[in-house]
Parts: sequence; structure tokens; C-alpha cells
Amino acid sequence: MLDHTFPYPIPASPKVREIPRDVSGPPGFEIRGLVKRFDGKTVLQGVDLVVPRGQFLAIVGKSGCGKSTLLRLLAGLDQPTEGTIRHGDAQTADTRIMFQEPRLLPWARVVDNVTVGLTGIASGKPARERARRRLAEVRLEDRAGEWPSVLSGGQRQRVALARALVGEPRVLALDEPLGALDALTRIEMQGLLERVWRGQGFTAVLVTHDVAEAVVLADRIVVLDEGRIALDVDVPLPRPRRHGTPEVARLESRILSRLLGGDHAERHGQAPVVVRA
Amino acid sequence: MTALARNSIGWLLPLTIILAWEALSRAGFIAANVLPAPSAVAAAFWKLLLSGELLRNIWVSSWRALAGFAIGGSIGFALGLANGLSRLSRDMTDTTLQMVRNIPHLALIPLVILWFGIGEEAKLFLVALGVFFPIYVNTLLGIQGVDPQLVEMGRIYGMKPARLFWRVILPGALPAIFTGLRYALGIMWLTLIVAETISASSGLGYMAMQAREFLMIDVVVLSILIYALLGKLADTFARLLERRTLAWHPAFQT
Repeated sequence: MLDHTFPYPIPASPKVREIPRDVSGPPGFEIRGLVKRFDGKTVLQGVDLVVPRGQFLAIVGKSGCGKSTLLRLLAGLDQPTEGTIRHGDAQTADTRIMFQEPRLLPWARVVDNVTVGLTGIASGKPARERARRRLAEVRLEDRAGEWPSVLSGGQRQRVALARALVGEPRVLALDEPLGALDALTRIEMQGLLERVWRGQGFTAVLVTHDVAEAVVLADRIVVLDEGRIALDVDVPLPRPRRHGTPEVARLESRILSRLLGGDHAERHGQAPVVVRA
Repeated sequence: MTALARNSIGWLLPLTIILAWEALSRAGFIAANVLPAPSAVAAAFWKLLLSGELLRNIWVSSWRALAGFAIGGSIGFALGLANGLSRLSRDMTDTTLQMVRNIPHLALIPLVILWFGIGEEAKLFLVALGVFFPIYVNTLLGIQGVDPQLVEMGRIYGMKPARLFWRVILPGALPAIFTGLRYALGIMWLTLIVAETISASSGLGYMAMQAREFLMIDVVVLSILIYALLGKLADTFARLLERRTLAWHPAFQT
């Protein structure tokens, strides 16, 4: 399939990568031999991945490559068919997931939507206090008392981010959280996401089809193809990174060309959907 | 437009109709034995009010309506919840309920009279049966229509079933439940009027039937007007409740 375009053949069972930094510290999470089948269809076929605590990992791939499934397994929304996911010293409950849709409760005020993130952790006044602090972090403190329906798409997604972070999770799983936003709001949100991540040091796992977004935000990019890790690269660029700089563009095109694969592009005569708009 | 003006504009048309009606009656275009003038109806109202007969009948009718509504509505609500939340419950009861729903409940009147005579039970039974279905169907639809993504979100954040119900499922089903409530209120009065007209020894329907026997057409018209007012009152109450609980809904934000 993709093999001849790669400088090295894809191993049948990719080895766990050695990570130069943070090897002494506990891993954020550790995935071993992960297999997921739905009705006989294998979506993930043996994924091994060790992510150090505090790393910003991006997972890119074509639609149907299994990236969202991997994220759902990581967040504990589904159970793996085979293999294990170990969450360092933390519990699955310490993993929060953010979706492409904000999924706010339309009948709860903004601040009460954020306190949903404190279910089982805090309630009443202390919960509201914490929620307000998070809202200030995403620059929405003055909208705390409003209904979600009056907010814009980007603002709703910021509320969802505040809700995901208010419980101070160790791992934040992001399933294309910026996919539905317009280009400008998206770049703003990327900046916000990076700022919040640097401020708090949780492990972030971002699933995206937008390679440029991955390059701008991530420490490390994993390319998933047909349920396997096809590529695993570090992004050693200094932060904050900006869209369109030569280093970013170079890495982006390198990953894109591997993602598309000569084989695939030739057969269809054009680039598949993964190309960024 | 001020809020007061907006609220009162709806009353402009009924008021005009009454004034025109009065004028036509006085001018002799409408015979008093076909339709009495509003002033005659008002006189009948005053007379019945003083004798206490009117208030007693309104009270009896309202009590029947509300009691029947409470019984049928709560059973419908409970079954709607159960069938919306539990697949097993739905599989067991929904087919039966859908079959019964297709019988017009007023068709049961002869049977109900045989069972209960013309006592209170007959009226309560009919009203309860009438309001049961709109409440049941809409509660079920409301719960089934709750966004599954929100339910998943609630689970991800560790909501236990009770919390999930109060914070996600019930509020999500509420708009549909209110549709059922308002529909049921209409059916409540309709059923009661029919039931009281056919078999009763008190209540507004009975008052109207008695008046017909004695050709007191002003009292008949008065009963009809009071029904209209009571229906409007119930609807206003439901709207008010809806406004308060659905303040988050874009349709209620002005």
C-alpha cells in the first residue's frame, strides 16, 4: 500500500519508540498491543505507543484510519478488543475528552456548563468559583451567566475547553476540537490551546486531519494508517510556532507526502481528503 | 410596543365581537331566543353568582378536570419516562398502548356509564384516559429525542444515572413534554364538557343541560363562555410555566 514511498518499510508490529526526553519520569500513558474490532472489522491492529507525561501528541491520518477510535479507547469510552492502556499513575477518570461539537447543555448557564466538569469533585459555591477561574483563562469570565445559545461557535468551544480542564485532568484527549471552526477562529483557538497546555502541563492528545495544526501544536506527530502507526516524528521546532514559516511548511509537506502516499494519490489522480483547506 | 399593549391587543378582537353582538341584539337583528345579548348573559352571570350556584358548579367542574388530569397525567408521564428510559419496558407495553390509543376515549362513554353510573368516577376516568395519551406520547418522544451526544458527555464526566436524568435527560425532553401538557389541557376540558353534558348531577355541563330543559338560553351561553375562559386560563398557566422553565430555549429569548 504505502510501503514503497517510505524510506523504511512499515514494520508489522512497530516497535515502541525511544523517547529522548522525560524517560526518567512516569509515562502519561502507555498503550501496548492495542486491537479494536467492530463486528469483525479490525479498526486498530496492534498499536504500541508510550507518551511521556506532559507531551503534546498529535495523531493524524485519513478518515477511517482509526484515530478517533484510539482516542475513545484512551478516554475509556470503549473497551479494547485486545491489548492494554495504562494511565501512568493516574486513573481513566483523569482523562477528559473534547469533541468537534462543544456538547454544552443548552439549558445550563455557561458557568454551570463548566461545573459539569467537576461532577463528583466539587459542587455548589466552590465549584462555581473554580469554574469562573477557568472561564477567565479562556477569556469568557464576562459571559458566565449567559445561555450557550447566544455564544459563537468559537466561544462555545472555549466553554467546552474550560469544562474539560476544570477538573484538572492529567490527560486531555481532543477529537478534532477545532474542526468545525472558521480558519481565523481556529488559529486563535490553537494559540489558546497551546497557552493553556503550557500553563498546566497535562498530556495532550490531539486527533486532527489538519497536518498544519498538528505541526504548529504538537511535540510529536503520529501518523495512523489502516489501524497501525505508519510514522512517528518529533517536532523539535521552538514555540510559539506560526503558520507559514518555512520550518513548519517543510515538516508539514513531509508528513503530507507520506500521508498521501504516491500509490494512493496516483490511483485516484488527486490528493485525498486529508489535504488542508 | 410596551408589554401591556402587546398583552392587551389579543383581547381587542373578542371585545369588538361582544360589542357588535350587543349592538345587533339591541337593534333586533339577533332574536333573544336564538342568542341572548351579552348584557342578558351578564345578568344571568350576576344572578347565578349571587345564588352561589355558579361558583359551586365551576368548583365542581374544575376539581373534576384537575383530579382527572392529575391521575391520567401522572400515569402517562410515569409510563412515558419508563418507556423512554428502559427498552425492556417499552418493548413490553408500547404496542398495547399504541393499540388503546387508537380508540377514541369518548367512545367508551356507554361502557363507562355501565361501570360507574353517573358518579364522579365516570368523569375522572374519562378525563384521565383522555389526558393520558398526549402526555405519554410526548414524554416518550421527548426522552427519545434527547441528543445522545449530550448523554455521552454526561457519562464521560461521571454523572450517575440520577444526575444524568435531572441535568441532561429531563431538561432535554421538557419542550416535548410541554407540547403534550398543553394538548392534554385542551383534551381535559373537552372530555369533561362531554362527560358532564351526558351524565352528571352537578358541574358546568350539567348547569348548561338543565338550562336547556328550561329554555334559559342565557345560562347556556354563559356556560359556554365560562368554558372558554377556563380553557384560556389553563393554557395561560401552561405558557407561563413553559416560559419559566424553558428560558434557555432560543424560542423564548426576546
